[in-house]
Amino acid sequence: MITIIDYGLGNIGSVLNTFESLGVSCAVSSDPVVVGSAATLLLPGVGAAGVGMQNLKARGLDTVIRNRIQQGVPFIGFCLGLQLLFEYSEEADTPCLGVLKGKVVKFGAQNKVPQIGWNTVTVSTQNPQAVRLFNGIPNSEFYFVNSYYPEPTDPEIIAATTQYGCTFTSAVAYKNIFATQFHPEKSSTAGRILLTNFIKEIL
Amino acid sequence: MTTKRIIPCLDMTEGKVVKGIQFVSFRDAGDPVQLAKQYSDNEADELVFLDITATVKNRPILLNVVAKTAKEVNIPFSVGGGIRSVSDMQLILRAGADKVSVNTGAVTNPALITECANAFGSQCVVLSLDAKKVAPNRWNAFINGGTLDSGLSAVDWAKEAVRRGAGEILLTSIDMDGTKKGFNLELTRTVSRAVSVPVIASGGAGSMQDFADVFQTGEADAALAASLFHFGDLSIPELKRYLSEQNISIRRDV
Repeated sequence: MITIIDYGLGNIGSVLNTFESLGVSCAVSSDPVVVGSAATLLLPGVGAAGVGMQNLKARGLDTVIRNRIQQGVPFIGFCLGLQLLFEYSEEADTPCLGVLKGKVVKFGAQNKVPQIGWNTVTVSTQNPQAVRLFNGIPNSEFYFVNSYYPEPTDPEIIAATTQYGCTFTSAVAYKNIFATQFHPEKSSTAGRILLTNFIKEIL
Repeated sequence: MTTKRIIPCLDMTEGKVVKGIQFVSFRDAGDPVQLAKQYSDNEADELVFLDITATVKNRPILLNVVAKTAKEVNIPFSVGGGIRSVSDMQLILRAGADKVSVNTGAVTNPALITECANAFGSQCVVLSLDAKKVAPNRWNAFINGGTLDSGLSAVDWAKEAVRRGAGEILLTSIDMDGTKKGFNLELTRTVSRAVSVPVIASGGAGSMQDFADVFQTGEADAALAASLFHFGDLSIPELKRYLSEQNISIRRDV
């Protein structure tokens, strides 16, 4: 059972459809008590960091998520759900959850921003957990929609990288945390393979 | 870099796809959900739904189609037609669409773009821009299904829409639409260079070469076609194989 955190942002419907089609039951909740006792957490996200943090705090979810991750509960994040794990986002100058060390920065103007479309995600072979998650799809295209990207302080947490004017971290895998800058729920077959690997690996 | 996207467009009215679909394998050839799934399973990078009648009366049918499609399809899709307010947009996004395109509603009330972008983020606000040549090097934005000249320069309107928060531009050349003589390369390149967001070229696709041209010469980020795909004149896997051979960056399904 995956608990999808409803904080008023993000394409919860798509995430729900995807996991259900993979045979995983999901619950959607914005209740800190429910989230605080969830077996697996998923933080979706389409939207802005400032509003995202504000909504999490308003619902009393920020502390609960932080605690739950520290307790070792499996956590999945997509897009903004990845970015909010870091200490800080340049977007609206937002302090974030600080579960992972590092910050979130904006793409330079050399490319079109937002990045919208399919881009190659290359697994970091030094990260054994990442290798298992990207098994069968070590160098495939996934769907991105983002203007900002994470810059982790600790390179060990990097699960995959992508080129868009620069090389940026497009997924992280560290202990019980697995999060992607791209949208696996919108990434056709590659997305399904990744999530199937995740289910086998973690759940 | 992101790959160039190939986008089939489904024009709908009363919940059925129109513009002549000839897939014989479908029991109900006009069922948008089946068609969407078929495209999604066959390497389409994204889907566009346009409700060409777009009356308020039809909205419940449209929302139903969107919700069913969202269950069947795991690629992004946008929905447009008759969007006049933030609440119109919210209903479509809640039903499961990833993006909403605005056209006439945004020309008559440009603040609509700003309001929608503030409410849901620029990434889900697509400006649908129907452009027609009115003088040498001058295209105007047309509204009401391409029937009325807004008087706005297409290039200036594209820039303003982006400034107001549009995250993408779906650019249709009225002059080329339905001709199968190729995309309007000059228009596409001009708009693509004028804005900082991705441009989807539409109107005129007739051959695989046309797609290569609109990516290489037209500088489009994505290309859209309807009847070419629907009639089976061209399959997306076949087109993608060709474009890859032309060294154009394309996603192939794993």
